[in-house]
This record gives sequence, structure tokens and C-alpha cells, in this order.
Amino acid sequence: MRQKFISLIGFTIATGAPLCTFAEPSAVSSAASVSPAIAPAEISALKQEIQAIRTAYEARLQALELRLKIAEMAVLPAANNAASASAAAPIAALSIPSASAANTTDTAASGASRSGANAFNPAISLILSGVYTNTAKDPAAYAITGFSLPTSAEIGPGKRGFSLAETELGLNASIDPWLRGATTISLHPDNAVSVEEAFVQSTALGNGFTAKAGRFFSGVGYLNDHHSHTWDFVDNPLAYQALLGTQYGDDGVQLRWLAPTELFLEFGAELGSGRGFPGGDGGGSGRNGAGMRALYTHAGGDVGDSHSWRAGVSILNAKSSEQSLTTADSQGNHIDSVFNGNTRVWMSDFVWKWAPNGNATRTNFKLQGEYLRSTKDGNTSYGGLSRQQQATQSGWYLQSIVQFAPGWRFGLRTEQLNAGKFDVDSTALPFALSSAATNYRPRKDSVMLDFSASEFSRFRLQFARDRAREGVIDNQLFLQYQMSLGAHGAHNY
Amino acid sequence: MSTLNIFVAGLSLVCATACGSAQAALKVLACEPEWAALTQELGGDLVDVSSATTALQDPHQIQAKPSLIARVRNANLIVCTGAELEIGWLPALLQQAGNSKVQVGQPGNFAAADFVRKLDVPTQLDRSQGDVHAAGNPHIQTDPRNIAAVAVALTARLRLVDAGHAAQYSERYAQFDKRWQQSMARWAVLAAPLKGTSVVSQHNGFVYLYEWLGLKEVAVLEPKPGVEPTASHLQQVLATVKATPARMVIYAAYQDPRPSDWLSKNANVIAVKVPFTVGGSDGAKDIFSLFDDTLARLNAGLVSK
Repeated sequence: MRQKFISLIGFTIATGAPLCTFAEPSAVSSAASVSPAIAPAEISALKQEIQAIRTAYEARLQALELRLKIAEMAVLPAANNAASASAAAPIAALSIPSASAANTTDTAASGASRSGANAFNPAISLILSGVYTNTAKDPAAYAITGFSLPTSAEIGPGKRGFSLAETELGLNASIDPWLRGATTISLHPDNAVSVEEAFVQSTALGNGFTAKAGRFFSGVGYLNDHHSHTWDFVDNPLAYQALLGTQYGDDGVQLRWLAPTELFLEFGAELGSGRGFPGGDGGGSGRNGAGMRALYTHAGGDVGDSHSWRAGVSILNAKSSEQSLTTADSQGNHIDSVFNGNTRVWMSDFVWKWAPNGNATRTNFKLQGEYLRSTKDGNTSYGGLSRQQQATQSGWYLQSIVQFAPGWRFGLRTEQLNAGKFDVDSTALPFALSSAATNYRPRKDSVMLDFSASEFSRFRLQFARDRAREGVIDNQLFLQYQMSLGAHGAHNY
Repeated sequence: MSTLNIFVAGLSLVCATACGSAQAALKVLACEPEWAALTQELGGDLVDVSSATTALQDPHQIQAKPSLIARVRNANLIVCTGAELEIGWLPALLQQAGNSKVQVGQPGNFAAADFVRKLDVPTQLDRSQGDVHAAGNPHIQTDPRNIAAVAVALTARLRLVDAGHAAQYSERYAQFDKRWQQSMARWAVLAAPLKGTSVVSQHNGFVYLYEWLGLKEVAVLEPKPGVEPTASHLQQVLATVKATPARMVIYAAYQDPRPSDWLSKNANVIAVKVPFTVGGSDGAKDIFSLFDDTLARLNAGLVSK
């Protein structure tokens, strides 16, 4: 044992090199003078030293092996030939560690996780969220004056008191060298389950192209494709609730192309079923063609190290047939109607972020705003009457978030809607459907404070003064937690 | 459909200005400045290198900014640390960049930590331990022996990705290695007085540095990796340092100096800022001076009163 130890040191000295710090003569002499009466502390110190030498020696040997391989490659004349696949193969074997090669260098902890039947399990992440809600007015009577929405639309502050928010289960993995797949399954507090997203995405198209198919949140606007656990407030802006049904997700295909420029310049196109608001198919039989078409472009970049921005323009076109909508008048009476036609939503969005020297860990600031404009063209029927209608409605929000200390953020949001002119060819339709007469502008102001103990947990306090209903001021208080378990997800800008 | 026409016109306009200008040099995007500097040494004018982050940014917490997506899109090779250091942002860039060459498993995706022996590999993977990395501590760039190992693998990768210049890369590597071995001999002399010195770390980002220099870490200011130092934990560290005196408290250029300064004021400990990567100090201009400057600062900490 001792002999082996000394020869080991001899080898490290012979290899010449930075290991001399570990292979000092003192180490050799202390090892050589080991007596039977040695103290246990000294034994452990010796063991540590041996371990240090061994690990250093292994690292050095690895480096030497690699250098040998490089030298061998340099000798091979074929290695200089780019077209030679046979030459590229051994280099690739050296350069790109496979899972099995990595196992040999890693310790048991990570090695074990890669072996066995579960080696190819997708990355799993789980979002836990719950909220306490206190509202001055009954949420059941919530409506946005002048905006007709499907009965299933998730608008307003939700349930009063303690309630579980959506629990999101996310899975994603590479499918093969050309595709990856991901899904987000949403478990609702009423024990219902819905598939929020489930898509396959290309990874190998190249030239800036990415294709997606399945169910996904549309890339229109800024906030639309952000999952709820990445929102800066408990709820989505009123403009999204009133004009996009909170968040526009669809079943379809998406193609995106990124320009080969220094400036971030992205173009996207989508075709979908149009299954959700502002689209909708009340008949349920579907249609062969696309019920939704969307086009968008986003540009973005940096200004110095501290500033970054992104801005975009989008258009979403959705078809509706036999779409049941509802709204409430100022007395709280529900008014149901059926819409057949097209809805076109224009969106413009921008976000600007600041962090000192680009280091957002301690302090940072974000300013974000979007403007949405929706034009309906079609036929509305109410109580047996059917009339041609054209309507333009719009909404905007502006919000800013400041992180003033590590983990602590403060945010403000202000927003307003315009129910617009309802150019209806009849006076027979009820007042709330032709809300132009009142000219009421629903609006809301929110303030929030949140704390994140780590990247994976967040507690939020939010207060909102909601004037979405004409003549009603609703003060809303939210206390929310959001937890992220499992795989470390990468967040979008 | 007029909107479609405008869209297509926009596409062709962008392509007309950008698609034609093909660059001769290999476009390399490094995730951190040290890999940009190393690639520059190994590639010279054969490569057009930039770094996605600076020495003043926390490499764990980078935003998947539009500018970075655009740079990943245009890269022929990305040179990153790996070992989950970039897990919070690089996957988002790769998914949106539409660049098949740099996806994980492709020759254009290089992870330096794959080629060195990693320390601090957790035996227990649980977030109650803070922001632990399953593959081990990712801050491998603080040990020049790791840089030497990565240089070998990176040269092989440059030869593979830019096969037309393979011979030049080997030549440049030979020159680099000669200089690196000479430098390591010089640093070994400079490092000798530091051996056995007890230190406190602000973040557990220096294990490789300590292993190289033989420094002994007696405490860490962060209660758990990636968790900001708390007042109660700092008191604990102060008690530890009183029982087991430490000479220096070490923090990286991108970190908030206040916790280290606090300890320095309240205990007889010198606060030493190390560049941590290229650009972290005025002295750390390239991959060589990074280590010169680090050793100069540590030695200054050792002798200062």
C-alpha cells in the first residue's frame, strides 16, 4: 500500500506539473514515517491527502488522455477532411459525451438517476397555488359592462374565501433528435382536469424556423403565452379577460421564423380550430377549415448592459358559429345572445426591463403595456331577433414591477376598456348589448407586493379597485401562494 | 389578404438585408465570459466570439432576453458551462432560437463541465438544501487545471465544427497549452503562501479554487446555496469565525459586497473580491490575467493588516 502510494506520487511528479502542490516532499516523508501508534486524526488527514492526490491524478490523467487523442487526430490526414464522416465519428465520440460516458465520471448520485427503467422519464414540474379572496361585491354577479362573453369565461376575482387555484402538472422531454414534446395538465379546484397545453415542437428545422402542433397558447401579444404562475398579478388584465377570454389557447399548428439579424425579429403564423373565445363553435360539429388564423411579429434587443426590450404587433382572426354569449346590465340581469360571424383582434405590446449591469438578482424594474382592439362582424340574435352587427371594442393595461430588495417586488397596474360603438341595425336589442348609449368605460387599478424566499416559492398580496361593472366599485383583496416543485423550468422573457 | 402580403413583404425585406451577408469566421456564443476568453485564445481570428453574460451578472439568474435568442439563432457553436448552471435560461433560448446546430447533443453545443471532474456532487437531491446542482458544483472556471482540460475538449470541438481549419486549431492549441503550462508553473509559485489559509465564502462558488490553492473553507455566508445571507445566519457565521478564525472572506465581482463587508467589519477578516471570471476586475482582461489577478488579490488579502 505504501509502495503504491509513493509510486503514485512519483508518477505525478514525473508527469510534470501543477500537481506539485499536492506532491510535496513533506507528504512523502510523513507517509513514510507512519508508526503503529499513529493518532486517528492523523490517519484521516492522511486519507484525505491520498484522496486529494488520487482525484488530482485522475483529472490530470484524463486531460493527458484527451491530449493524446487530439495529437492522434492531428496525425490522421483524414481528420482535416470535413466531408469525411468516418473521421468525424471518433472526434464526435470524444467531443460529445453520451449519457453512458457521463456515468463513468459522475458519482453514484447522478449515475443512479440515469439508470433503470425511468431513465428516459420526462422532466416533471408541479405548480401548487392557492388564494384567499376577499371581495366587497358578490363575485357571482361579476360582469364587464358592455362585453358579451361565453358563460364559461373565467372572468372576475373567482371564489370568495379560501380556495385552491389551478394545480399545474408539466411534463416535457425530447421525443427524438428532431422533436420535443411538452404538456401542461391543469387540475382545477373543483376536481376537474383540463389539458392546458399539449404540443410537439421541432428542434431540428434550423434556419430560424420552429414548428409546433397540438394545443398551445397562441404567441400573440406579450402576456398571452405566459403561464399563470409567471404572471406578476393574481389575475390577467381586463383587456385579456374581455377580448381574449383571459388567455387564448387553441388546437392547431404554429410556424415561427427568427430573422438572422442582430436585432431580435420574430415572425409567427398560426392556424387553429377557433374553439375558444373570441372564436367558438356552438354547433359542436367543427369545421374542416381553420377557425382561427393569427399572424404576429416581435422585435427586441438591448440598450447597453442594463436595458432590454421587446415590442410586437399581432392579429388574430376567429370564426364564431352559434356562439352563446352573456353579459349583465347595470341591474345585474343576465342578457344572453348568440353570435355568428368573425372577430378580429389587433394587439400591440411592449415590455422594457432594467437591471443594474443586467444583474437582476438584487434590484430590477419592468414596464409593460398592451393595447387590444377587437372588431366583430356578423350576426347577433337575441330573443328570436337576429340583426347584422359591427362592433369595435378595445382595452389596454399598463403595469410596472420593481424589485426593491432581493426577493421583494412591488407592482402597480392600471387598465381600462372601451365597449365602443355597437353599430347594430336595430333598436330592439337590449340596452346592455348596445352599451354605446352609456359610454361606460370599465376600469381597474391594482397594487401588489410579493415575496419569494427562493426561485421556487412566492407569496403575494394584491389589492384591486375593480370598476368593471357600471355603477359598482368592488374592492378586492387577494393573498396568494405559488410554489414550483420538481424540474427547474426555464422562463421566457 | 393584405395583412399576409405585408407580412411576406416584411420577411423578404429582412432576408434581403441579412441573408446575403455570410460571415467567414465561426460564430461562437459563450454563455459566460471565461469561455468566450478561452475560445478567443483557441480560435484567434478563426472565430467571432461573444459572451451572453458579463462578469457582473449572476450566471444562475439570467433572463432569456430577445437579444440572446437572436444571438443563439445566429451561432455556429455555443460554449457553456453546463452542469445545470444555465438551466434557468439556456433551454428557453434554445427552444426559441430555431437553430438546430446548437441543440443539446449536437456538435454545436459544448458544455465545459462535461470534461472536468466535478466537486460537491450532492448525495441527496432535495431543494431543502437550496439551489443544488445534481451534476455537482458548476463553477469550474476557478481552477486553471479545469481550464486546461476544457481547452483540450474545446479544441476537439472547434476542429469538428469548423473542420476546414482543423489544423490551425491544433496549432493554436499547442501554442496555448505551452503558455498555459508556463503560467500554471508561475501560479503554483504565487499560490504557495496561500496554502492552508482559512477562508469564508459568500456563495459556495469557489470549491475548485480552494481545491487548487489548498484553501480551507470554514463557513459560507449564504445559509443555503443561492439563498441570500440572513441576519441570523450571519450571526452564526460570526460565532463560527470567532471559534475558528478565518483570514479572508471571499466574494465574486457579481455579488453584493455587503454581507462580506459586514463580516469584515465585525470579525478580524479581510474581505477579498475576486473577479470570478474574465471582466470581473480591471486586471482580469483575459483567461491568463484572470488567474494572475485572482492570485494577486488573494495574496494582498493574506498580507494586509
